[in-house]
Amino acid sequence: MKRGLLSRWLLLGEWRAHFVQAIVVIIAIALGVALGFSIHLINTAAFNEFSAASKNLSGQSDLQVHGRQAMFDESLYPFLATYDGVELANPVLEFEVSVPGELIGRKDNKLKILATDMFRAAMISPDLLGMPAEGKPLDGLSDDAIFLSPAAMEWLQVKQGDLLPLNVGTQTMTLRVAGGLVRARAGQRIAVMDIGVAQWRFKHVGLLSRIELKLTPGIHRDTFKAALKQVLGDSYLVLEIADQEARVDHMSRAYRVNLNMLALVALFTGAFLVFSTQALSVIRRRHQFALLRVLGLTRQQLLRQILLEGATLGVVGSLLGLVSGYAIAAIALHFFGGDLGGGFFPGVKPSVYFSPLAAATFFIIGLGITLLGSAAPAWEAASARPAVALKSGSEDKALSKLSAPWPALICLSLALLFTQIPPIFELPVFGYLAIALLLIGGIALMPRFSAVVFSFLLKVMRRHITGAVSTLLLARLANAPNQASIALGGVLASFSLMVAMAIMVTSFRVSVDDWLEHVLPADLYVRAASVGDQGGFQLDEQKAMASLPGFTRVDFFRSLPFILEPTRPEITLIARPIDMTDPSNTLPMTDDMIAPVRLPKDVMPIWVSEAMVDLYGYTVGKRVTLPLGTAEQTFFVAGIWRDYGRQFGAVQMQLADYQTLSGDRSINTVAMWLQAGTTSAQAQTILRQLPFGDALEITPSGEIRALSLEIFDRSFAVTYLLEMVAVVIGLFGVAASFSAQTLARAKEFGMLRHIGMMRRQILILLAAEGGLLTALGVILGFILGWSLSLVLVFIVNPQSFHWTLQLHLPWGWLTLVAGIMLVSAALTALVAGRQAVSGHAVRAVREDW
Amino acid sequence: MLELRHINKAYADGRQVLSDLSYTLKAGEYVAIMGDSGVGKSTLLNLIAGLDLPDSGEILIDDVAISSMDDDAATRLRREAFGFVFQAFHVLPHLTLSQNIALPLLLNGLSTERVEHMLTDVGLPGRGHHFPRQLSGGELQRVAIARALIHRPKLVLADEPTGNLDPETAHEVLMLIRTEIKANGASGIIVTHSDAAAATADRVLVLARDGLHPAVAHQSA
Repeated sequence: MKRGLLSRWLLLGEWRAHFVQAIVVIIAIALGVALGFSIHLINTAAFNEFSAASKNLSGQSDLQVHGRQAMFDESLYPFLATYDGVELANPVLEFEVSVPGELIGRKDNKLKILATDMFRAAMISPDLLGMPAEGKPLDGLSDDAIFLSPAAMEWLQVKQGDLLPLNVGTQTMTLRVAGGLVRARAGQRIAVMDIGVAQWRFKHVGLLSRIELKLTPGIHRDTFKAALKQVLGDSYLVLEIADQEARVDHMSRAYRVNLNMLALVALFTGAFLVFSTQALSVIRRRHQFALLRVLGLTRQQLLRQILLEGATLGVVGSLLGLVSGYAIAAIALHFFGGDLGGGFFPGVKPSVYFSPLAAATFFIIGLGITLLGSAAPAWEAASARPAVALKSGSEDKALSKLSAPWPALICLSLALLFTQIPPIFELPVFGYLAIALLLIGGIALMPRFSAVVFSFLLKVMRRHITGAVSTLLLARLANAPNQASIALGGVLASFSLMVAMAIMVTSFRVSVDDWLEHVLPADLYVRAASVGDQGGFQLDEQKAMASLPGFTRVDFFRSLPFILEPTRPEITLIARPIDMTDPSNTLPMTDDMIAPVRLPKDVMPIWVSEAMVDLYGYTVGKRVTLPLGTAEQTFFVAGIWRDYGRQFGAVQMQLADYQTLSGDRSINTVAMWLQAGTTSAQAQTILRQLPFGDALEITPSGEIRALSLEIFDRSFAVTYLLEMVAVVIGLFGVAASFSAQTLARAKEFGMLRHIGMMRRQILILLAAEGGLLTALGVILGFILGWSLSLVLVFIVNPQSFHWTLQLHLPWGWLTLVAGIMLVSAALTALVAGRQAVSGHAVRAVREDW
Repeated sequence: MLELRHINKAYADGRQVLSDLSYTLKAGEYVAIMGDSGVGKSTLLNLIAGLDLPDSGEILIDDVAISSMDDDAATRLRREAFGFVFQAFHVLPHLTLSQNIALPLLLNGLSTERVEHMLTDVGLPGRGHHFPRQLSGGELQRVAIARALIHRPKLVLADEPTGNLDPETAHEVLMLIRTEIKANGASGIIVTHSDAAAATADRVLVLARDGLHPAVAHQSA
């Protein structure tokens, strides 16, 4: 009871005396928890909504049969409809069409159409039925009717009865909006049609996307699934809802995990702020604690007291963070939807859902980080010998054990070891651990490092130092390394993380920019909406385009999606002319490739993206099979190319090889090189004069590049935001540690004022101290940040997204931020110094004031 | 050397502490000021040092009024003409003994050659490279005395310089202060509660509500 009272007194006394520092710690923790929690809530809400919307499209089926490619022949349907154990088979045609007009050329100009047999669909997915207008009950079967979800109507700005133009290949056709859907999820843009009408109108005659199966009651699903797989062979996939969920999870998992990790960076920086505040508080109260120990407080009680102080800040900060995080998530989801810029959850409009488990996890993380930051100072205070601690001048002995190099070297060695460990569940778990250990190890080495640097400086400059200010400056930095390093820790943590993030994002951006230049060599790219499972341009249209005047070269591309593994997102097959004298003239190759002259003659070559190596083991020199045409075909992996556009894998092959094997002569994209003297505008006019010119999506390569980089920047906008928050927290840390240290040195300044040091000399001393410490912090932060960026660029990125980057350093940006850090640290020291020297010099030197 | 003319000073709460105080300290004189707690001994010292301003009256150092100086001028005067010895030593822990002692020289832009000599004078020869944490309380006060005298000030102000020391060490330190003040031709004022400390001064004054008076016991002794 009495001890509890003493504990309360000490706690409240400390808070009263250093209210601002306590508030800064609480804000830092709250900010870190709020960011982490809100991003988790937004991502989870978006993922759940996206997943629910995907499941919604599948209705209540037990199993689904898909082809390896997007569509397959409908002759399978009667076979399955009468298959033993199948109660109901529902044929589905699902495809996307382009919406002409302003939305053309954008990633989100596609409308998903679900075409079903309404009588069968009513028994499997009753929500996804069209609702005809009153008095028109047969509109569901009408050959011009399309039913739209509310989100689709809002997006397309149409209502019941309006006409809706849609692109089919090089043609435009118009349908009538016959009504809405029985029930659609909020934000879900979808259209529903009768399957027969859709097959006919969209030139998908005889094709299906999947067949949904409802099994006879009593049938064992797994046994049935295995048997059906055997019967259907490798050309078909038999999937269940869990496979689909796994595929959706795979699509965005790396992105979500990386964003969550990034959000935790702010919290991690906050931990250093807690550490520096608590450490300085312990140093400041060293005499007080020693006195309490002399009066009878046990080590354990003192340890508990300091941990309690940290925990109280952690609890308040974490709770505040959870409330703010929830509010941020709710506001963000309301105004911006669920997509944080990554493009994984387009058009999804989920509501925020409070998850007690997630809240508890983030609360524990916030509290844990605070306790972690308090642990070392608490341990130091409890283990200090009272007789030594009572002695004046023993302050720098505090935390001196932290400057032992071994823990730091162990952290750094473990970090190096962790960079060599492969990902776990396709996530760079050890990569992140390596980053944390590098940061902790790097910062832990700082006391020793700063002592060495400043001692050396003091030694070198001893002969040249003539002033009191410079002597005091270098002597303190050299001889009180622990206290100096505490301030340095905050600078180092925030600056190194910022450097690492900036290098990673710049490396990524420059790599993408270079890549775009390589993959977009033509002047114009022309596309048309697909027709069924074929590309939008048929042979006669290709001939017409190839013979147009004003172009020196015309290349045709055919791309189509493939499912290789049921639980993974589709891969993309791209067939195009590839320069066989040197494929790197066509493709952005890595160094891993076999020279064309050494390729085997008995098998067709393919060039695969880096993701194919990681996800499917398609290493160079390997023979692999792909379901192309009517049978499985064997190919030879001739090289690896970089693909920043498709993180789930892509395969490139010669267009001629593809056409030979598949018989498919259609193409999706035409790359066109302008003749000298022909402008882009003239070329576009020539193209528009074609009979099908109006249906063409014509984009100059510069526009695609600009759009791609715009999308890139949008994807990383949230990254920049999180980075800035980490820097702000770091600057908070600098301000908190400098002001705490300066205020703790009031006696020193009081004495210096007594013996004749001017106020401005003390301010110059403090500003120079702040500047020099920050300069060292910035230099070391750059080295540490550069090391962290190597892990991000060469370990975390390839393990998360399956692509490698080239390292690029944003010198201008780094110099700017270093300058800002230097100036703000010097100003902070100056402001804190003004406060310290504004007190009465007489009061400052009174021992028992 | 020092002249106090009709000094009045009240605490911030309005309580009058010094009333119409006048006194003249001659060059080379070393006096001790005693008095009850709260009577204003330390306040008087602070006024003399220019660290505080009187409500009225004048303080003259070599006929220059310190109370009319701005902060910079008062600081410069303090830097050149005064030396301080505190009860709590106030030696900077991260500076070596030599660096601590050299501070006033550096502030005045003077050569630091005299430091080693001063260390020997205060009984710490060859220990200039040591840090304060390696010293006892008495030794720390010796460093503080060396720092107070290194730049040959005209006036040394000592506020309870032996308050934190044992009697034997205190006596050694007091004798050292006196010896060094005299050896350097300075004047000195020591504020103390201790009769033993006061006994080392040339004269002992008692500060009371009505001003400074010669101490009767000491005079009779």
